[in-house]
Amino acid sequence: MNTPNEFALQMRHVSKRFGGVQALDDVSLEVKVGEVHCLAGENGCGKSTLIKIVTGVHPPEHGAEISVFGHPVAAYSPTLARASGIAVIWQDLALFPHMSVAENIGFDEMVGAKPHLANLKSIRKRAQAVMTRLGVSLDLDARLNTLPIAERQVVAIARALISDARLIFMDEPTASLTQSETDALLDIVRTLSANGVAIVFVSHRLAEVLDIAERVTVVRDGRMVGVYPTKDMTQSRLGELMTGSSLESKVSARDMSSAEAVLDVVGLTRRDEFEDISFTVGRGEVVGVIGLIGSGRTELAHALIGMSQPEAGTIRLNNASISPRSIRDAIKVGIAYVSEDRLSLGLVQQQSIADNAVVSVLSRLLGYLGLISASKKSNLVDDWIERLAVKIGTSKDAVSTLSGGNQQRVVLAKWLATEPKLLILDSPTVGVDVGARAGIFKIVRQLAEQGIAILLISDEVTEAYFNSDRILHMADGRIQSEYNPIQTTVAALEEQIYA
Amino acid sequence: MRKFLTANPVELRLSVVLLILIAGLSLSTDTFLTVANITSLLNNNAVNLIWAVGLLVVLVAGGIDISFAVAASVVQYVAAKFLGSVGGGNWFIGFLTASMLGIGLGLINAALIHRFRVVSIVITIATFNAFFGLLMFFSSGRSIYTLPDWWTKKIFIFEHQSASGVWSELNLSVAVMCVCLVATLFLIRWTNIGRQLYAFGDNAEGARRAGVNIALMQAVAFGWCGLMAGIGGLMQVNIAKEVVPNALYGRELDVLAAVVLGGARLGGGRGTVFGCVLGVMFVAITQNGLNLLGVSPFAFQMIIGATILVAISTSNMSFDISGLFEHANPTGKKGVSR
Repeated sequence: MNTPNEFALQMRHVSKRFGGVQALDDVSLEVKVGEVHCLAGENGCGKSTLIKIVTGVHPPEHGAEISVFGHPVAAYSPTLARASGIAVIWQDLALFPHMSVAENIGFDEMVGAKPHLANLKSIRKRAQAVMTRLGVSLDLDARLNTLPIAERQVVAIARALISDARLIFMDEPTASLTQSETDALLDIVRTLSANGVAIVFVSHRLAEVLDIAERVTVVRDGRMVGVYPTKDMTQSRLGELMTGSSLESKVSARDMSSAEAVLDVVGLTRRDEFEDISFTVGRGEVVGVIGLIGSGRTELAHALIGMSQPEAGTIRLNNASISPRSIRDAIKVGIAYVSEDRLSLGLVQQQSIADNAVVSVLSRLLGYLGLISASKKSNLVDDWIERLAVKIGTSKDAVSTLSGGNQQRVVLAKWLATEPKLLILDSPTVGVDVGARAGIFKIVRQLAEQGIAILLISDEVTEAYFNSDRILHMADGRIQSEYNPIQTTVAALEEQIYA
Repeated sequence: MRKFLTANPVELRLSVVLLILIAGLSLSTDTFLTVANITSLLNNNAVNLIWAVGLLVVLVAGGIDISFAVAASVVQYVAAKFLGSVGGGNWFIGFLTASMLGIGLGLINAALIHRFRVVSIVITIATFNAFFGLLMFFSSGRSIYTLPDWWTKKIFIFEHQSASGVWSELNLSVAVMCVCLVATLFLIRWTNIGRQLYAFGDNAEGARRAGVNIALMQAVAFGWCGLMAGIGGLMQVNIAKEVVPNALYGRELDVLAAVVLGGARLGGGRGTVFGCVLGVMFVAITQNGLNLLGVSPFAFQMIIGATILVAISTSNMSFDISGLFEHANPTGKKGVSR
């Protein structure tokens, strides 16, 4: 038995079954006081279930032993968990968009069935104190939905701290942050850890995990793989432990300079967004565009697909000048765009996989009397499901039943069904785990080999580095320079971008 | 107040429009800005306002209630029968009976919604039909005219005789309305229960994870709406002096439109008592103005419908009206307009 103050949390033999699915099978997690501990595993491996058990949202199955700061825990509820010093910052933050920053931070003391007056003054004062402790300043009266996502993240952390949390779970805190916002967040995490707060960090970004955590617990398919110190651990080794198969990461760049240009952009300009952009993408070539949010990368993509109109410059596709006025125009000439936010913008979650996959090509499915032909539809869907190796039950299942990686493939299928000449991928792996990422890039590579020109927009340098033939670096609305992955390193690229 | 209005742009915009409307009517008619007209406006809308704040609590908590107006009819009918059978009762027993019956009907809604996890619009459309159907079945559609004296006796809380000798007065219902408004304001703005209602309506899953008792929230929201329905029903009898089973049928949509007009968000998490007052009074004054201007009553519904449509569809446009207050207070922080 360890001394009570050494461990913030000890969980042993935790199992949980939902219906027929064994979400967790005899998993253990131990977190030391003041430690940054990482919980790693692919989507659906049981990480979230584990967090929900610690915080009392779900009860564990019989046989689990849980103790918090040395005290064994029998019954559990969110209120009890909070009282014993545990707080969670959920991936979707679980904040209240129409309430003020101060109220979001202090909300937890309003919770309870016993009526009492809401003392907003004291909440405000304490929220201010927490802000000072974090070294940040936010307008406490601002409504939460007016803040950018990075500041909401800070609000969520402040909310955990106001209840004197000594063990904080952070579920994918960096998933929607840019690199500089992530760095700021990691600094806050280090400060907290130095003050004796234990932090359990869940992230898909392995570089981040190895950077911030002292130890990592790996979970795969609801089972415990092991606990490892991050010292001497490499990203590829960690990826292997998480997926159970080895992930190769080698530069895949090829020399495509002799390929005929599919996309030829000259002098493209749109005020306050991007300026004098010129580049080409050849047949079968993968061109990476890296840059921070605000560098103009997404705005450039929007101009190429007709969501906004450039003020100067020309876009040529297969030697014909085009000026798309809408996404429909862009699809017609052969440009497909997979958006940054696939979950909300790319798919209709409640509809079936088949319906989602064909939505952009409905006009091609028309049969007798101009109605949608069921056989044409199912042929097309089956074809793409096979070509993209989407793991599904049946194509009639709702998209929301699929994992992140498989959803991404359905989005790809939807756009590939339009038979594009140019495919624009905007941050295609946001929120997708390592195993699925590798799968997606394998598909991207195959598509390139079939002759589709691919523009890969990303703010993860490694992603662009390993998967592009050429890399363009955008900053301040301009293309700053071009790199050949073979002649550079990830570190050199990162230095360029974050300098 | 300034802080309140900059944080609630819908309410701010509606109060500006309402002030313009009032100013316009005061100048264009010599009957609008009279004690007699204003007291009758308040008397005629007290019951709507009582219902409006009840419905507000449900909307804030992310639900909707279609059944409250017929629930009020049920309360009236059952209370009339019950009070008749116990020898008439008095105001105290009347309030107690109406409140209990109203809360009971509200809790039926809450229990069904929580137990079967069905969205509130479906459940309350069902209970709307069930309540009304049962009422019509048991009453055979017959009105009750023999009511206890205390119930139908006019009680004035304010009397005034104008120079020309015209009496104008405020009914008891206006006083009851004021109490309901203050009570609702207190509940949703100053208690932890109220703040949990907002949070639950804003992000139900977030509230659940924070440990908010969801069943309790549904019970408080629909129970409060039922309570207001019951009290509103009681006061409506005091004004109408009769219980007509189908008299309130259809009023729910008028109240709902007024509350949404006042800035309550369908979907939850937003809405204020002040907004309810604005919404109800806006519709009432528009109608009153049309009356005073001699517009054909047949055109009323059309014009009010169009007004609500314009008001609600423009309420999502972003005019930067927070600037209105910058001049008055140069040191004031710029409000959040959204």
